[in-house]
Amino acid sequence: MVIGLGHYLFVAAVLFTLGILGIFLNRKNVIVILMCVELMLLAVNINLVAFSVFQGNIVGQVFAMLVLTVAAAEAAIGLAILVVYFRNRGTIEVEDINAMKG
Amino acid sequence: MILQALAFYVFAFVVMASAAMVVVSRNPVYSVLFLILAFFNAAALFVLIGAEFIAMILIIVYVGAVAVLFLFVVMMLDINLTELREGFLRYLPVGALIGLVLLAEILLGLGVIGSGTTSLAGLDKATPQVIAVDNTRAIGRVLYTQYFYLFQVAGLVLLVAMIGAIVLTLRTRPGVRRQRVSEQLYRPKGDAVTLVKVPTRGGV
Repeated sequence: MVIGLGHYLFVAAVLFTLGILGIFLNRKNVIVILMCVELMLLAVNINLVAFSVFQGNIVGQVFAMLVLTVAAAEAAIGLAILVVYFRNRGTIEVEDINAMKG
Repeated sequence: MILQALAFYVFAFVVMASAAMVVVSRNPVYSVLFLILAFFNAAALFVLIGAEFIAMILIIVYVGAVAVLFLFVVMMLDINLTELREGFLRYLPVGALIGLVLLAEILLGLGVIGSGTTSLAGLDKATPQVIAVDNTRAIGRVLYTQYFYLFQVAGLVLLVAMIGAIVLTLRTRPGVRRQRVSEQLYRPKGDAVTLVKVPTRGGV
């Protein structure tokens, strides 16, 4: 009944897969796609922290903090772009974003 | 030990279930709320494993900032919910297939690592875990010395993100009258007041 590294890696794998699945399923809603990206980053963080703790090396947690920083920046920029897009077009459907297709 | 295992299973199950609900939820507001639940339980997993600082940062940054930002945007944008759900079933087979293949591959990779020379059980005990200082102090000792420049770059990333978000969303609407206090204060007396000499007894 000892919780090892493999348990945490399994949880992270399931979270990452759910993130990918969400990107595939919600092809129209950009907000949910951004949330799925956050889920995938959370899975990466779980992996980093689990390896860091089970190997006794603190650097993994430092890197997890940096990933968190990037995730926060990405969410801010992504939502800003989303708000501007919605202001211009009145919709947030992904399939409508083809103005630069040529 | 059994209590710890039980707590792990509960938290892990809630994380995975709420992540699934983020994906399949019909209303984006519910998606954000389930995302918050997933973040809380992931933080609980981190506490369980002994990484308290990352857990608290996760709650502060993700729940306090990112999720609230998501909620704000979801509620601010007036989106048509029925239109957004249209292609869900159409993409379900392909998406589920790709997701299953990816999950199988990841788990297969874990199994390969577990059976090889560098097994997961070996990684567990690669170095005996010596906790001389608490988690936060250990991170601080490394972060402010060895990775100081990386820390500064993280701050720079946040600064650039902040400036980018402001530049993107700031707009100056034409035709809006706004008060300009300095112009009001520095208006010369000649523009503001005119003295009219009215002749007495002449009428106006």
